[in-house]
Amino acid sequence: MTATHPEKLLSPVLSATWGEEKPWTLATYRAHDGYKGLHEALRMNPDDVIALVKDAGLRGRGGAGFPTGMKWQFIPQGDGKPHYLVVNADESEPGTCKDIPLLFANPHSLIEGMIIASWAIRCSHAFIYLRGETVPVLRRLHAAVAEAYEAGYLGRDVLGSGFDLDITVHAGAGAYICGEETALLDSLEGRRGQPRLRPPFPAVAGLYACPTVVNNVESIASVPAILHKGKDWFRTMGSEKSPGFTLYSLSGHVTNPGQYEAPLGVTLRQLLDISGGVREGHTLKFWTPGGSSTPMFTDKHLDVALDYEGVGAAGSMLGTKALQVFDETTCVVRAVTRWTEFYAHESCGKCTPCREGTYWLVQLLRRIEAGEGVPGDLEKLNDIADNINGKSFCALGDGAASPIFSSLQYFRDEYEQHLRERRCPFDPSASTVWAGTRGRRATAGKDRSPEDDPPGDRGPDGQNGDFDPSENGVLA
Amino acid sequence: MSATELGLPELPAEPYPAEVRERLDADAAEIVDRYPQSRSALLPLLHLVQSEEGFVSRTGIRYCAERLDLTTAEVTAVATFYTMYRRRPAGEYHVGVCTNTLCAVLGGDEIFAELQRHLGIGNNETTEDGSISLEHIECNAACDYAPVVMVNWEFFDNQDPESAKQLVDDLRAGAEVRPTRGARLCGFKDTARILAGFPDERPGAVDESGAGGLPSMAGLRLAHGETLPGTGGPKVVSPRQQQTDDESNGGEGDEA
Repeated sequence: MTATHPEKLLSPVLSATWGEEKPWTLATYRAHDGYKGLHEALRMNPDDVIALVKDAGLRGRGGAGFPTGMKWQFIPQGDGKPHYLVVNADESEPGTCKDIPLLFANPHSLIEGMIIASWAIRCSHAFIYLRGETVPVLRRLHAAVAEAYEAGYLGRDVLGSGFDLDITVHAGAGAYICGEETALLDSLEGRRGQPRLRPPFPAVAGLYACPTVVNNVESIASVPAILHKGKDWFRTMGSEKSPGFTLYSLSGHVTNPGQYEAPLGVTLRQLLDISGGVREGHTLKFWTPGGSSTPMFTDKHLDVALDYEGVGAAGSMLGTKALQVFDETTCVVRAVTRWTEFYAHESCGKCTPCREGTYWLVQLLRRIEAGEGVPGDLEKLNDIADNINGKSFCALGDGAASPIFSSLQYFRDEYEQHLRERRCPFDPSASTVWAGTRGRRATAGKDRSPEDDPPGDRGPDGQNGDFDPSENGVLA
Repeated sequence: MSATELGLPELPAEPYPAEVRERLDADAAEIVDRYPQSRSALLPLLHLVQSEEGFVSRTGIRYCAERLDLTTAEVTAVATFYTMYRRRPAGEYHVGVCTNTLCAVLGGDEIFAELQRHLGIGNNETTEDGSISLEHIECNAACDYAPVVMVNWEFFDNQDPESAKQLVDDLRAGAEVRPTRGARLCGFKDTARILAGFPDERPGAVDESGAGGLPSMAGLRLAHGETLPGTGGPKVVSPRQQQTDDESNGGEGDEA
């Protein structure tokens, strides 16, 4: 591995215009090749558009990584039923923060992508299901859709192609589970957002039991550039199986949290290298590659290629590329407890393993964190997680088990320390932004003696205590 | 109320007064018209009745049921599933503090505790003057701006206990408050109307607050050869085996 220059590592495409004058407007979008991909698509046969997106190798950016073109191809043609495109903009996975800034700064990339996708799958009514808690984005989507109608990109006879398309912007009302595609469809039909049994898959029986494509915002927003610049250009980035560019969202105990758009396959070490690293005076402890539902990583995984295969081979999932970074001041039991409380709160209640299991996980974790755990709790924790994982109705249950399994794998001694010492050995105030040295060139961390470190950080054999700054290339 | 306490079924809710109903009917027709099937209009209709009363009342539920030819039980089942529908009257400004793991660890827990103390109310409670409701919320897709506070679902990024207290004081004093991302605040009912799918009519509201703060632009700036705060210029912090190379590059530039 060689030292990396930011200009070479990063590849802004979706974010390329964010620094321009009012990038959310149609005028700015068009001034930067906006809607050229649509013109290209409308010159093509819809099936050829599907083939192009398939050949480009675009994979879903919402977590699962399913090939986007293949999803489109599954829509039966000539079946006499309406087809629907539904964009999943219900971004709620803890740590995930890419679609919201994308839509806030560049909503037309999504709308153009939706028109292209609708043309390809022969859909005349598409929906954006936006989570309701983000009114600033809703405002810009309303405006962008109105601009697109005005310009003739939407409505009757789009750009004289004979193809009609309406887009409805739909605001959700607060429910993480609606990010699950079949729960989203139930919610869009005006019901409680609960997942459906599959099969039938949405491609056969989705919205109103009609063939439906459900795609993530970033997946669809990536389509116009592929049409405009071609699949070969797209494949110059990333790897054979994970081609293209994507938004990596860095957050937590880092010098510069934010959006870093790069070819698939960069590493966390590279992203930290160019962005100023872990906050000054601190070291990486654990991180998630793609949100809380993806098994956590440690400083041993800094060089894992952040693409679908690389992260999978290392025992986690690329997920949403939400790189949440936690330093040595963070109690892993506290972090996992809070995530588990989230899953318990968001469990839709439809299936027993998830509804009951997440409840009991919270009870156990809370008492362990409070220093009231008893011998056998860790085994019970593992056992309950095992009874949720793979046995729930949808992936929310699997997601709830991920932080439990992975934290027990990498930080079991920290759990045991909570049991043994009958207390949490960490001071939460040390983890806050204002307690740290972020943004200042302070030297506090360098003067710190090992005794000042929370006991949980000192693994006897370096198993989880490998925090010698000189051994870690991610320090600022 | 005594009937309820006795465990007897409640009588049907009162309908909206005729003039309210007439006004809502026009909006409801527009909402229903957006969808191939009318039931899809239920979530926006619930936002609409929330924009009328500030919460989803039994009257509001009855209204939605009648508009969509559903039972009030069906509508209630949906209204109680989603966290954004309030079930009782609450504050003009809905303050949500993210206490999911990342924001909590970075200080959201402290902000939430401090606001409860400062306002003298607990989670899901409203100040006596009716100005502020406080709630801890789940991840709001703004982790790169943590810790995050939402007011009427506009973003107040990078908060700390002091800035959050100042924020609620300003809200209570009736001062104009602007989010870091979003438009100048409107009341909770106006927000609910936008959520029902009626665009914000205030001139310029769409354009307020720009395209995003530094975190949104971080990668873009680096790609353009600019430097980020705290990085000490275009220095390349390299892997351990590249230590000498790192040092030789270290002197260029300074802090942004």
